[in-house]
Amino acid sequence: MGSYILRRLLQSVVVIVGVTLVSFLALQAGGDPTYLFVSERASLEEIETTRRALGFDRPLHVQYLTFVGDLTRGDFGQSLSYRQPAMDIVLEALPATIELTLFSMVIALLLAIPLGILAAIHRGTAWDGSITTFSMLGQSIPNFWMGIMMILVFGLYLRWFPISGHVPFIAPMMNGEFGVALSNLPRTLLHLILPGIAVGTYSLARNTRLIRSSLLEVLEQDYIRTARSKGLPEMRVLIHHALRNAWLPVVTIIGLEFGFLLGGVVVVETVFSYPGIGRLLFAAINQRDIPLVQAGVILLAGIFVLLNLVVDLVYVRLDPRVKLAEGRA
Amino acid sequence: MSDRPGEGSVSTVPRESELRRAARFMVEARWPVFAVICLLVAAVAAAFGPWLAPFDPSRQNLVLRLAAPLSTGPDGSVFLLGSDALGRDVFSRLLYGARVSLLVGIAAIAVGGSIGVVAGLLSGYFGGWVDDLIMRLADIQLAFPFILLAIMFLVVLGSGVWNLILILGVGQWVTYARIVRADTLSLREKEFVEAAQAMGDSTTSIIFRTILPNILAPLTVIASFNVASVILSEAALSFLGLGVPPSVPTWGSMLAESRDTLIANKWWLAVFPGVAIMLTVLSFNILGDWLRDFLDPRLRERT
Repeated sequence: MGSYILRRLLQSVVVIVGVTLVSFLALQAGGDPTYLFVSERASLEEIETTRRALGFDRPLHVQYLTFVGDLTRGDFGQSLSYRQPAMDIVLEALPATIELTLFSMVIALLLAIPLGILAAIHRGTAWDGSITTFSMLGQSIPNFWMGIMMILVFGLYLRWFPISGHVPFIAPMMNGEFGVALSNLPRTLLHLILPGIAVGTYSLARNTRLIRSSLLEVLEQDYIRTARSKGLPEMRVLIHHALRNAWLPVVTIIGLEFGFLLGGVVVVETVFSYPGIGRLLFAAINQRDIPLVQAGVILLAGIFVLLNLVVDLVYVRLDPRVKLAEGRA
Repeated sequence: MSDRPGEGSVSTVPRESELRRAARFMVEARWPVFAVICLLVAAVAAAFGPWLAPFDPSRQNLVLRLAAPLSTGPDGSVFLLGSDALGRDVFSRLLYGARVSLLVGIAAIAVGGSIGVVAGLLSGYFGGWVDDLIMRLADIQLAFPFILLAIMFLVVLGSGVWNLILILGVGQWVTYARIVRADTLSLREKEFVEAAQAMGDSTTSIIFRTILPNILAPLTVIASFNVASVILSEAALSFLGLGVPPSVPTWGSMLAESRDTLIANKWWLAVFPGVAIMLTVLSFNILGDWLRDFLDPRLRERT
């Protein structure tokens, strides 16, 4: 157990180093990165000064070590458009993004579990047919288009939900203003519904299929037949014997899911003018504000890596077989 | 949907050709027929766009801006699916958009698939440090939300079809590498590989002539699903303004432009490109599902 955790931690460190290396190399991929930081009409001297100031005249490995050194001190560089530390701006937008990601995750999991079970236990019936068809469709709809359609139908035509904006919940919580947070909550949720559905649909569809096939596989096992032949009620077989084993594969994807949803959030936030990291990145892309893009990407990737670490560690507790399999590999 | 593994795969007619069996299996499953028709339409649009399009997709018509579907121009020409904010014909742009989506989708899979297959073969055949290195690289890449990686590189490299293909392709190699590695590991121990080794075949020949042909089939399944997800990513990146240059019409960039006129209820600008993406992606997904059932129902656990 201990050695598995240690190895997994080490792996996460390697991955994080990989993330920094990739973000560093991305900057170099287009040739001299100095040109990304100066205006198109900059004079030669200006370019030279900027190159010196940002250290792009030094050897690559020195640049990388400086870059990593700065990162460990929390220095992600200055945003070119805001003239402020890039990380501060990104961190300010983080709570809104977390709210949207969590909300869509809840949609993706809470609906997927009953739908997947329903399809599996009524395999081959109309229930199963319509659920699998819908999940096939859900996996084929671009999330941002889903967002646009939701705006068109539920926002502009039916006028049921607001089509843009965000009411903060986590931010006041973190400032200790619990009263404000609580009174905001209904409006927070109202603003999250359309973007949340847009982000969550793909995952909902995928999870439904996953839960369905996972449960179907478990239901064919010998121990299920044993449980049934013992005369246990079907409900008990399902809950105590089948679901316990069927939900393990679901746990493993929760971490990956989060990263997936983050990717969706980045695009969908733009559709709903939702003030999170996604919209920030979108603006930064258009203004070619490289440090801001870097800070946003590294922060999201870092969260993703940590979350996957936690999920894996939790998983070992849930399923001791993993540890054994790892040991043999 | 074709969700009963193995059904129809028991051949009733002996010596039925593989192709006919595939066709019959497809017709029985019904949905794949729909998918093939959709994809044929998209392929025709991509290949013959310039001949089929009633208008030059970038010709602006300032008199007929935001014309509703089926509007008629002063010269009697019909805007089948309406016109956009610059008076460009939506239908013509849609046809041209099929080019980018299909080209990027298929080319990216070719890039990612080739990298992944070679990496997987090397990893599985040689094992040891080669295997360790390749698999750790794969772990690192998977630990990084792909869309973020793509955003970062495209911001620096700039937009363009080839950059897009390269980045989306590199984003896919891990899936292929893992599956090919697993298959190579098991094939390496098989008699026919040992026979090839005993006959003194070169390592290259063993890897590419003896092992590779035996592991290709399951890859077509992965490829079909992957084309679907690459088309989705391409649309998302185009939507963010990171895809091909703005002068080239793509479904994603058409949707990005549609946002400005959404409030004014110009629904056709938002609906048609989305439907085009959805049908194309759906078709590749259905095809992948069908291929998986057709080739080997047991594969469903691995994808």
